[in-house]
Amino acid sequence: MIEERIKIINKAGLHTRPAATLVKLASKYKCEFFISKDGLSINGKSIIGVMTLAAEKGSELVVTFDGEDEAEAAKEISDYIARGFDEL
Amino acid sequence: MKSIRDILKEADNKIKGIPAAPGLVIAHAYMFSKEKLEVNTSAIEDVEEAIENLHEALAKSKKELTKIFNIAKEKMEETRAAIFEAHVMILDDPILIGNIEKRIRAEKISPEYVVDDEISKYQSLMHISEESYMKERAADIEDIKNRIVRNLQKKRWLSKIPHDMIVVSSSLTPSDTILFSRSNVKGFIVDHGGLTSHAAIIARSLDIPAIVGTQTATKVINDNDLLIVDGYHGVMLYNPTPEQLDFFKTKIQKLESLKTELKEINDRPSKTLDGREIVLKANVDVTGEIDLVVANKAKGIGLYRTEQIINELGEFPDEEQQTKIYTELSRRIYPELLTIRAFDIGGDKVNPLEYKEANPFLGLRGVRFLLESESLFKTQIRAVLKASSNKNIKFMIPMISTITEIKQCKKLIEECKAELRKEKIHFDTHMKIGIMIEVPSAAVMAKEFAAEVDFLSIGTNDLIQYLMAVDRGNDIVSGLYQEFNPSVIRTIHHIVKEGKKAKVLINICGEMAADTLAVPLLVGLGLDSLSVSPTTIPYLRRVISEISYAKSKQLAEECMLLSSEKEISEHIERFFKDNSIKRSRNYI
Repeated sequence: MIEERIKIINKAGLHTRPAATLVKLASKYKCEFFISKDGLSINGKSIIGVMTLAAEKGSELVVTFDGEDEAEAAKEISDYIARGFDEL
Repeated sequence: MKSIRDILKEADNKIKGIPAAPGLVIAHAYMFSKEKLEVNTSAIEDVEEAIENLHEALAKSKKELTKIFNIAKEKMEETRAAIFEAHVMILDDPILIGNIEKRIRAEKISPEYVVDDEISKYQSLMHISEESYMKERAADIEDIKNRIVRNLQKKRWLSKIPHDMIVVSSSLTPSDTILFSRSNVKGFIVDHGGLTSHAAIIARSLDIPAIVGTQTATKVINDNDLLIVDGYHGVMLYNPTPEQLDFFKTKIQKLESLKTELKEINDRPSKTLDGREIVLKANVDVTGEIDLVVANKAKGIGLYRTEQIINELGEFPDEEQQTKIYTELSRRIYPELLTIRAFDIGGDKVNPLEYKEANPFLGLRGVRFLLESESLFKTQIRAVLKASSNKNIKFMIPMISTITEIKQCKKLIEECKAELRKEKIHFDTHMKIGIMIEVPSAAVMAKEFAAEVDFLSIGTNDLIQYLMAVDRGNDIVSGLYQEFNPSVIRTIHHIVKEGKKAKVLINICGEMAADTLAVPLLVGLGLDSLSVSPTTIPYLRRVISEISYAKSKQLAEECMLLSSEKEISEHIERFFKDNSIKRSRNYI
């Protein structure tokens, strides 16, 4: 299992568009993917789940990946979050 | 005859709100409320049949939402419509649907109960958040939940309403508004929401009146009540008296005949009697207004308020989204010019700041915000440049108060150009750069600013507010917000004089240009172009065609010698009378 802490750095935070992209990215992988913030943990392959996270700029997410392709998934998804969802 | 002010003052059957889209209409009310769905909690026997029903309902909902998504793409910017894409994804959410199926199998309860219960869990999580957009999100999800439940009950989803009605509702979801845009709705009254709510934006692009933020309308109005909606003033009258009805019927008739008259002169150039052309441009908030711009024969867009994209999207658009929007607008308006104003954020506009400023109007707004958020600003500059290859885009910076600011902006623009060159992306290397003159310090230094840029645009709303030190939204002092105050006239005169010396083009955008009374004065002061909302253009065209430049110039010179607002406005009124010029916009 891989666990990482990543800060949200784009101005608008985790809003609807990056939420959709995040879920689409996660769906490509077999491994389990969870995002937690302030004690709330949601399945990262669920769009409605990701939409319940109010993650503004500066907030910290803990992402976990568990499964055969966890390394690849962690790389692509953590990168995407760390790049500020390509909104910088 | 009584004035509209008297009529409204005497009325005890009025409701006030925010004027969200202009227009005047009399029609019956259609109370739009979503009936609370009754959810069947009974046990089921055939689990497989229930699961099959669930999937049928999901597929049907998906088909409906996709249809709305497609209409949304036609009616609004695709980026705004993209929210619907996420909604469609919810119907395929493997975790959500998986849980629902699991519970139907385990608990043997009707699918509609499980769907309602599961989705409501997420909504309550959203409601916990203090962010207002999370509450909106929860409301959007309510729409999806109800859609699935309704389809499970095999009830028809309401998508048609009786024709020619005024929709009265406590709030409208994006999908409601989109569907209404296809029926022949006459107007919108919405208890909640502001100028940038879905209803307001759609109403403006459909050219029907709307009043939002009415608070109590849904409690006071009953189905089929006759309503008079005045979208110009944000006032509506329910069950009007015969006197009120007569008054507004006459008014609507006058407006109609005026519209026909104005249409007849639509093709005439906006030239004064002695042949000076005044370029009439349009101010645009949402891309949906482009049809109105074309229909009213505007000579280009003098002000495209890009911060409205953020309002519509609820987020900052990325480079690709912006490039797409700007390219499309530039293509639609070609060969006329499109002036894109950089995000004007802060003050009364979109406020992305975490902290509250004590004096937002004197705080981080316009260019000050842009220079603080360099990467965001550069994203916009790059998008504007990328959209500029047709060479009909101009770029304008708001709220400039010092020379350093414009120099910094120009430096950033050069940096972006260098980046694009390196990336071998084509753009207009000579794209014109201009500034808004709306801070007194910039007005005083007009000469120095004119030397730095290609054009100046006077933003009268803020200029008057800062010059007179008055908040026009504050009823107690709003009397001091005086368009015809001598200091305002003299300041505009100074800007025009210095601009002309430097040979830069000078435009005026702001409410003042939309006041027909101000037109001869502005023309006389030497302005080259006026930029107003698309539907105001015909009124201005008529006034311009009835005045002479020579006489207007004289009028302006005379006004420069007067010392009070009263004297100036009376002097202009006399000018209208003496030269028998029609002041048609008074009908509104």
